[in-house]
Amino acid sequence: MSSDIRFTDFKSDAQPTWCPGCGDFGTMNGMMKALANTGNDPDNTFVVAGIGCSGKIGTYMHSYALHGVHGRALPVGIGVKMANPNLEVMVAGGDGDGYSIGAGHFVHAVRRNVDMSYVVMDNRIYGLTKGQFSPTSREDFETSTSPEGTKQQPVNPLALALSAGGTFIAQSFSSDAQRHAEIVQQAIEHDGFGFVNVYSPCVTFNDVDTYDYFRDTIVDLEDTDHDSTDYDDAKEKILDADKEYQGVIYQDENSVGFEEREGITESMADIPDGAPDDAMDLVREFY
Amino acid sequence: MPDDLNWAIGGEAGDGIDSTGKIFAQALSRAGRHVFTSKDFASRIRGGYTAYKVRTAVDRVESVVDRLDILIALTERTVDENMDELHDDSVIIFDGERTMMSDFEAPGEMTGLDVPLKRLAEEAGGAIVRNIVALGAACEVAGFPIENLDEALEKRFGDKGSAIVDTNKQAARLGQEYVQDEYDLTTDYELETTDNDYVLLNGDEAIGMGAIAAGCRFYSGYPITPATDVMEYLTGRVDRYGGKVVQAEDELSAINMALGAARAGARSMTATSGPGIDLMTETFGLIAQTETPLVICDVMRSGPSTGMPTKQEQGDLNMTLYGGHGEIPRFVLAPTSVAECFHKTIEAFNLAEKYQTPVFLVSDLAMAVTEQTYEPEQFDMDAVEIERGRVVDEDDVEEWTNEKDQFTPHAATDDGVSPRTFPGVEGGAHMTTGLEHDELGRRTEEEEIRVEQVDKRQRKVETALEREDWSPREFGDSDSDNLVISWGSNEGAMLEAIDFLEEEGVDVRFLSCPYIFPREALAEEIREADEVIVVECNATGQWADVLEHDALERVKRINKYTGVRFKADELAERVKQELAGETAEVEAE
Ligand SMILES: Cc1ncc(C[n+]2csc(CCOP(=O)(O)OP(=O)(O)O)c2C)c(N)n1
Ligand code: SF4
Repeated sequence: MSSDIRFTDFKSDAQPTWCPGCGDFGTMNGMMKALANTGNDPDNTFVVAGIGCSGKIGTYMHSYALHGVHGRALPVGIGVKMANPNLEVMVAGGDGDGYSIGAGHFVHAVRRNVDMSYVVMDNRIYGLTKGQFSPTSREDFETSTSPEGTKQQPVNPLALALSAGGTFIAQSFSSDAQRHAEIVQQAIEHDGFGFVNVYSPCVTFNDVDTYDYFRDTIVDLEDTDHDSTDYDDAKEKILDADKEYQGVIYQDENSVGFEEREGITESMADIPDGAPDDAMDLVREFY
Repeated sequence: MPDDLNWAIGGEAGDGIDSTGKIFAQALSRAGRHVFTSKDFASRIRGGYTAYKVRTAVDRVESVVDRLDILIALTERTVDENMDELHDDSVIIFDGERTMMSDFEAPGEMTGLDVPLKRLAEEAGGAIVRNIVALGAACEVAGFPIENLDEALEKRFGDKGSAIVDTNKQAARLGQEYVQDEYDLTTDYELETTDNDYVLLNGDEAIGMGAIAAGCRFYSGYPITPATDVMEYLTGRVDRYGGKVVQAEDELSAINMALGAARAGARSMTATSGPGIDLMTETFGLIAQTETPLVICDVMRSGPSTGMPTKQEQGDLNMTLYGGHGEIPRFVLAPTSVAECFHKTIEAFNLAEKYQTPVFLVSDLAMAVTEQTYEPEQFDMDAVEIERGRVVDEDDVEEWTNEKDQFTPHAATDDGVSPRTFPGVEGGAHMTTGLEHDELGRRTEEEEIRVEQVDKRQRKVETALEREDWSPREFGDSDSDNLVISWGSNEGAMLEAIDFLEEEGVDVRFLSCPYIFPREALAEEIREADEVIVVECNATGQWADVLEHDALERVKRINKYTGVRFKADELAERVKQELAGETAEVEAE
């Protein structure tokens, strides 16, 4: 790890194919800043991405990275971190990827509390498949597959995380560059699963949850007397359906990462050239 | 009386059938006798018929046969379930004081020994040792020195204190004495003991042990019969070597975690059975496309769907050979015996890392629940070699970087094998993706690059074909024109079947296949032989189909899909009929 790492070191020279103005540009820049600010470098960082416009993020970053199958980025990230706890592991994806096809993994990743960060680019729509409703879409949101609205309740990802025993639950807005990077940085620094739901507008398919909408409604918890270590306070904010918050909503400061609780301190990559020295003892167990 | 004895204890699930059977098997193994066990069980925890069978001889035993000599029947149903295998010299031990068996009489010429198991158990110290009383009685019938039971009882109950051990020893003796005092046995079974040292283990345990020997450090799985034992074996043990077992939320997660760990440099594995393999299929392609080494173990059971979870079948061959959309270079290994489960697991890890592909290790329920004795040297740990393939570290990463200092994880090398860096290696950072990509791992749809990468991945298989030994295991009469081919766990039954056939003057050459892929040499064998019979535990003959396709020739087939593995004598009969041109009726059991 070197101290002169800058966020541009995390940039690859691949040209993003995101639509001009897509919220994911800001989300990615914030992630790279946060990684650099926390003293990581590309060679000790592993980024796992989901599938979707959001999931392309790993392609545009420079680090060790894997772009997996739809919805399963979290287990990949967990495997990476368990096998080498010295790595900085960051998982990124969209609201469809994380809360729909990957919803099961999300809940279990939260409760497993592996020390990694999870950034979800929540644009409240499926971007890559060209504009169908997503699990965070509003009930009356009209899309190609919901011409009369979705007729179902949107998922509240923060509430899901809280009820699953989340130890770090935060929300940010990709176009508030400074705050977004700060919040992701806190997620990285958190010992345990640092979850950040990022409002990352889709300028092509979502004309409801727009930059203007978020700019007008978002309340920064920094401007309130919110105590992120207070569970009840967090619960109240999370269940407040009328507001969009930005900031760290809940943090359990006593959290200890799962891999640490499991006693994993070393990389599992190094193994001897043959069976372990005492391997015949394993055979003798069967006497 | 021959020394080859078939023994069983049966009753209701929850009656302690398994542990009693295991104690007996261990006692025999420690007395230097070979053992081969099998289980009949239903998919429920309490209630329902269950049995543990032990076949034992001084010579190696490789399979089950259609004969039962001593049966401990804790319920009357146990007798009914095994009626076909009982014969005139069989001895049935039962407890007439238990209401269910109070008016039981052994059928035909069989000997029924009414032993008050419960009453004697209480005398020894508690009704819970009832089965041990029965074991003591069985030792008397089998002519097996009861002292040999003591060690097994110590092993089993030692950590519960000497009082418990003594109660058990006492119970066994009361059972033995009761038979001595009350019955004048006309049977003359006599189980010899020897000085041989054997270990007794099942296929799942052998896979787990092989994984540790091979340096496996990460295992993630989701419990499923009959693969769970692999996970249970590794839990706790792999930790001693700095590894970990993670119980995932489902198989999708399990295989993706294993993939993540593999990318981080760990030797990594997951194991499951049919329904879990279905869920994992999604990730097969990702493993191949990202060129991640991963061992995926499928301990097959009866399908389709939830099928018969506690029954045997070899129905997933097509799934492991072809599962997943698109075309996936892979290797499929099918261990042919419990010991081979160990060896093939080690090989699977080496192949996975040398060729950066998914490797399927296909075992089945019969091997998973069968415990077999081996000389410990069969599991020669000194012979284990670990080959990690083209792993690149800081020192030679430059060799694999382009003019812009970018690492090329998918370089199109001559042998198809690309360089691999583990995260943390400076200068080796790279992207890998399930999307088609170029040498850098960057997404592409360019025709030329697509073809280059597909060819490159396929080339790894061709390289492996040249570099590795894919020979089948050969047995029987090497000059015979009658060729029998099987894959996986049928080997043991076929080995004994060869002896049966020999006695009847029928010679066969037997090729037992642990490698399902590649298989060019086998096609040649088929073309050269007069009669070819392919033996497998499935209805459609999945392996036979593959071989016919390769050899462009028809083969005969012996299939069994009752849920029960082949028995040696049954298999011999069917081979004989097949060679004589008769097609046997498939008998449902
Ligand atoms: C198994 C599977 N099902 C469906 C798809 C098609 N698909 C690709 S991205 C996507 C939704 C992406 O939505 P989201 O996660 O919100 O990301 P966004 O594109 O909006 O950033 C779908 C359904 C797929 N790739 N894999
Ligand atoms: S479709 Fe929407 S989410 Fe996708 S790149 Fe365009 S703006 Fe971004």
